[in-house]
Order: sequence, then structure tokens, then C-alpha cells
Amino acid sequence: MAEEWKPKILAIICNWCSYAGADLAGGARIQYPPDIRAIRVMCTGRIDPLFIMKAFQDGADGVLISGCHFGDCHYLEGNFKAAKRMFLIKSVLKNIGLDDRRIRMTFVSASEGAKWAGVVNDVVKTVTELGPSPLKEFEK
Amino acid sequence: MAEKKEARIGVFICHCGTNIAGSIDIKALQEYAKTLPNVVVADEYQYMCSTPGQGKIVDAIAESKLTGVVVAACSPRLHEPTFRMASKVGGLNPFRFEMANIREQNSWVHMHDREGATAKAKDSVRIAVAKASLLEDLFPKSVPVEKAALVVGAGVAGIQASLDLANAGIPTYLIEKSPTIGGRMSQLDKTFPTLDCSQCILTPKMVDVGRNENIILKTYTEVEKVEGYIGNFDITLRKKARGVLTPDEAAERGYVGGGCNGCGDCAGVCPVIKGNEFEFAMAPRKAIYIYHPQVVPNIYTVDFESCIKCGLCVDICGDKKAIDLEMEDTFETVKVGTAILATGYDLFPIEKKAEWGYNRYENVITGLEFERLICASGPTGGHLVRPSDGQTPMKVGFVLCAGSRDNTGVGKPYCSRFCCMYSLKHAHQIHEKIPGARVYLFYMDIRSFGKMYEEFYYRIQDEGAKFIRGRVSNILEDATTKNLHVFTEDTLLQRPINLELDLVVLASAVQPVAEEDTIRKLFGVSKSQDGWMLEAHPKLNPCGTTTAGVFLAGVCQGPKDIPDTVAQAEGAASAASIPIHTGKVELEPYFAQCMDEKCAGCGMCVNLCPYGALALVEKNGRKVMEVTEAKCKGCGTCGGFCPGGAIHMQHFTTPQIVAQIDAFLLGGEQ
Ligand code: FES
Repeated sequence: MAEEWKPKILAIICNWCSYAGADLAGGARIQYPPDIRAIRVMCTGRIDPLFIMKAFQDGADGVLISGCHFGDCHYLEGNFKAAKRMFLIKSVLKNIGLDDRRIRMTFVSASEGAKWAGVVNDVVKTVTELGPSPLKEFEK
Repeated sequence: MAEKKEARIGVFICHCGTNIAGSIDIKALQEYAKTLPNVVVADEYQYMCSTPGQGKIVDAIAESKLTGVVVAACSPRLHEPTFRMASKVGGLNPFRFEMANIREQNSWVHMHDREGATAKAKDSVRIAVAKASLLEDLFPKSVPVEKAALVVGAGVAGIQASLDLANAGIPTYLIEKSPTIGGRMSQLDKTFPTLDCSQCILTPKMVDVGRNENIILKTYTEVEKVEGYIGNFDITLRKKARGVLTPDEAAERGYVGGGCNGCGDCAGVCPVIKGNEFEFAMAPRKAIYIYHPQVVPNIYTVDFESCIKCGLCVDICGDKKAIDLEMEDTFETVKVGTAILATGYDLFPIEKKAEWGYNRYENVITGLEFERLICASGPTGGHLVRPSDGQTPMKVGFVLCAGSRDNTGVGKPYCSRFCCMYSLKHAHQIHEKIPGARVYLFYMDIRSFGKMYEEFYYRIQDEGAKFIRGRVSNILEDATTKNLHVFTEDTLLQRPINLELDLVVLASAVQPVAEEDTIRKLFGVSKSQDGWMLEAHPKLNPCGTTTAGVFLAGVCQGPKDIPDTVAQAEGAASAASIPIHTGKVELEPYFAQCMDEKCAGCGMCVNLCPYGALALVEKNGRKVMEVTEAKCKGCGTCGGFCPGGAIHMQHFTTPQIVAQIDAFLLGGEQ
């Protein structure tokens, strides 16, 4: 793999916990790689599996979903619903031949800035090791 | 939904001094923004949030006939309200504003990667522009606010907050889990640095609470359920079975003139003896009890765990008919506009630091136990004695930072903030009460940060207390004398210390109360890394939480002394009274809407909604979903699931989110 290659990773994160945690990492100036682009939703419950499919179809190399810890969702249980959908998504991805490590759901609270940086580091590392999404080949 | 206009977007990039400009090439970002579809202006400024910065946005909206505004700056959690307001001033619907976070989630975390940070900023702006191009006019929903407030916890924080709210004319429910109000402060003897008697300054406030017409005091009561939102909370309370009727409750049952008058005859005859929790079991109580004579309300309580139901108390109570040994928990729901959480603290279980022998050695006690032993109304009438033999201790040691500032994983990493000062006060009290007694304080640093605190520290030094800088590594007990050998190193003199003392007081760390997690989750409040409740902003919103209408006061937000607790309580009361006095609040219009033409009436969403906001209704001869906006909080869980894509999640619509995804992955240079 070319050394220059940088993965394209989409993060969809909830406003109350993970987005706030990511802001906290900023406040604390905890450094992590710039290979992730975050979209904010109010709750991970909002995340339609089709958003994730769309991201992979568009050529994403990895997708990160991050919300509140179980029991801490600002809307009670949106994250449970999102976590359930993850099983579905993972199995669909596997069926179309994508490594399911390209999609990850994590739980980062508003006070876990360092954890957020750790998650990003880890996701970037995992996806970089997996290399470019095989779906990109079809477009060529 | 608004009619489609051609999108005309203005992009405004903030330098934030060098906070952003230091790591991101602003010029390149600006030039790039100009090339993006729909962008008609791209401007930059030192501080976009300043008056001239906002002025640029206001002017551009009119001059360039913008339909959407993108500001690339800090986090929307910080300045979204600011720029929404600027958009509104410029004549645009405020919900046509979108923010690109290029500070907290970019320049600050990629400080040494200018190229990577700039590339990411370009993507972020492109994503934001894509969303802004699809934003619609939205209108916040204004709802009336119930003119009542709830305060959970009746320590000094809850008491002060309730009095302030009540005095501002707001009916306030004050909820306390234990049988009396007063909290930790009522257990203290004197307060530092003024040496005021704690009871003397607190008791009048407790009496005021009992008398104030606007305070509905509910002791021995817990919060069971919380429903609703700012302005309209429905709070279900569990009134624990107290076994004793107040005069009002007795009157309700038809025993006019009956009910508990606090005479205490019942406790006189009760055969069951337990340790009094208020005195840390250093004094007895009966199974029917009050903690101490100053309790508010002055009503006895039956401890049903220990009660043997002999009925002696019922007999002696006689015609007052105050005692009902068959009483059960009851529930009631109250409606309030705002709520304040003031649940306070517990002591860290200091026996976990086994090297100091708490619970193993009789003469090792905690600071709070010391307060009771030195207090005139305490179990010894204010005579400080050794628990082992009742003798007056002549050599007393204080272990500061006991379990605080402890990174071993056993204790708490934070500073508990008031232990230094109360230990200094304890030293003073010993000097005052026991002539010739010697006092040793084992400390790491003395933190005397408050008003007149440092002066108090000098005063204690002058009184002759010995300060030894070093953590106590071990305490051993002499089995016959029950004296204690304290081992440490004096790190200033660099020599080991082995002192034989009569009594050791551990200035134990504090931690959230056991119920804190339950209560915080009921109200949707997050917790900080250290376990205390999380404020909305550590500097600029220390009383608020992420749940609108819910505020924090006192130690439940983090350790603080009495002055800081009272100040925060007054702040929280003021904040909680604002929506109530305004009479209405505006809710962010992130409601779900059903697009009837796409809805198949499957009803999946109805079960998913955690708030019961959705229902199936008949429309034009078929079933479709309908949203009750007042109940919808905008999480979007329904929209994330609907198999037909029939749910329009305002401000987070499927087309908007897909446009963001596409903009990231399909747009861009390369
Ligand atoms: S609000 Fe964070 S997952 Fe629901």
C-alpha cells in the first residue's frame, strides 16, 4: 500500500455525549490524527442504517458511530436502539464482503475527552491497516 | 416545509486569534470556500463572535441575499446560539445557520499538522455548506412554564435554593430522603474560619423552611420518576412509609387534634436500640426516633427494618393516634417548571485505605465523627474523648488528604477541598478545649484558598500546632494502651517519623451519595469523570446541566465548602426562577413530522418513541402516524428506523444528513 494513503472515515456522533467529549478533547489539546470527519446528530438513535450504507457506497473506508454510555442517553434509550441496528449493519456488511471492523460503535461520555482521542486513534489505525475499501474498486 | 429557493450561502471563517489560525491556513480555506457550490460570499475575521464579526454576517445576509449562513469557528455547543442570533438580526430564520467546528475538533487537536488540519477544515466547511443549502425555516415552539420548582436534597444547598425560590414567590417542593432537613452542615460543630456555630447559623434557615408558605417540604421522600421537559416536568415522588402521621395527615384521617407533636413518649417506651446514624452510631436511638432535638419537621419516624411491632409506642401515643405501624409507601405526582439537584456527598469509605486502620483501631476516627465528638449537642456533650477508654486525648494527629489526591486507584484523585480547613479548625478546637494538648497535622499541601483562610492557617500555626509534610504510610495500634504509632517521613526535614498518639483523625475524602447515579439519570444529567454531576459549562454555566430546566447546587457538582455551596445554591435558584418568571420557554423545533404520503401506517415508530409522542391515526381512510409536538424531544429515533423514510426529522432530515455524507465523500478536491 502506498505510504501516502490516508483513510476516509466518517463519524456520526450524538450531540450530548460524544460530540461534547470530542469538544473536551479539544479543550484539553489532546492530539489525534486528522483522518476523521464528524457529523453531529442529536442522538445515535437518529442514525438510519442507510446513512452507513450510503457512506460505504460513497467510498468511505470506515464509519464510526459514537454515543452516550448505556443508561446515559439524553433521550433514555436511543443508543440501545442504535446498538441493536449495529448487529444488522455488521451482518449486511459481511454479506457484501466488507470487513465488519470498518464499522464501529463506541460510547464516549461528555467527560471522556481522552477516551475520544483514544477511540479516534484506534479507528484510524484499524482502518488504515485494513486499507482502502474494496467497494472503491467497483467504481474504477 | 418552505418553498424551494435557490440556495445562496455565506461562509464566515474565524481565526479565533491564533487558536484556529495557528494551525489552519485561513486564506486557503477562504479561497476554497469560494469554489464550493451555492457559496456566494466567503469572508474571514479575527473573532467572528465579536460585534464587528457578527456585523459582517448581518450585513452579508442583506447584501448577498443569503439563504443560509455557515460559520467555521468553535463548537456549536459554544456559539451556535450567538450566530443564530446574528442570522436572525440579519433577517434570516435562525435555523438556516450551520456551524463547522474547526477549533475543538480540529485546530486544537491537530496543532502540529497544518496540512492535515487545513484539509480537514475544508471538508468540514464543505459538509456544513451542503447542510446549510438544505436548511429550512423553523419556528421554536413556545410553551407555558408551570409556576413551581423542585429542589432535591435539603442540606444547606437545597435549603438556600428553596428559600430563594420561595421568597421570589415561587411555590417550591423541597424533597429530602432522610427524616429531617439540614444535611451535612447540621452535623458540624463550628464552621471555618469564622468559628461560627454551625447549628446556630443553620437552624434559623431550617425553621424558615418549615414556616415558609411557598415551601412544600417533603421529608423521607425520594424522586421516583421524571417525565416532561423544561416548563412542564411531571415528577413522581415516593413518600416512604414513616409510620407516623403529621397533624395534617392525622386530620385527614379524621383524628382532629391528633398526629405527632414530637413529644417523644413513643421513643421512651420503644424496646429496640439501634445506632443513631446522625451520630455515626456513637449514640443510641430507638426504632422510633428523631435524629436530634432540632429536627425539621419535628416528627418521629419508625425504622421498619428494626421495628418488632410490639405496639408499645401505639399504646402510649394514645388519642393522638400518630403511629400507624401498617403504613406503606405512597406516591404522588407534582408538576414543576424547573428543578434543582442538591444531593450533596457521603464520606469515602476510608477503611479501604487499610494502612490507617479505620474500623480496626478504635482511636482512629473520621473528621465528621470528630465534629460530633466535639459538638456540645453531640454524644459526649462536647467533651472530646478517646473511643477506646473515654480518656481525654493529649496527643492528636490529623491525616490530611485521606483518600483524596490519591492516584493509587484506591482513593479519589481529586482534592476534596474542605478537609485542610476543617482540620485546621479541629486543631484550634483542641487547643481551645484541652489545655496542654499537642496537635500534629500530616499534610501534603495546605490549601487555604478562601477569604480569610490563609490568615486562619497562620493563626493555627501560632497556636502551636505541628505541621509535618508527609503522607502517613502506616498506623499501628498498641494492643494494651490502644495508642497509635503513626509512621511517615517528614519530607521537609527528610527524616522518618514514628509518633505515638492518643487519637488520629482522618480527613476523609468525599464522594457522591449512593443515590446520585439514579437521580442524575432520572433527570438526564451527565456525570464528570470524577463521578460528580456534570455542569453545562465549567466556567460559564456552572449551575446548569445539559437538560434544560435542571440545575445543580452544592457538592453534588463537585466538592466545595459552605460559602461556595450557598453561592451556587443562590445561583441555581436564580437560574431556575428565570423561566418561571418569564412564564414561557422556547423549545428547539427539532420535532419529527410524518410525511403522510410515504407513511404505510406500520406503527413501528410508535413503539420506538421513548416519550409516547407518536400515535397512529385515521386520515383519508387509512392509518398514518401523527406526532404530538409537545411530547417530542427530537431524538430522531423514529426517523432512524422508519422503513419507508416517511419521517421528516426537522433540522436533521434524511436529505440533509445524506447531503453531508455525500459532500464529505464525493465532494472535495482530488
Ligand atoms: S443522546 Fe447520546 S446516544 Fe442518545
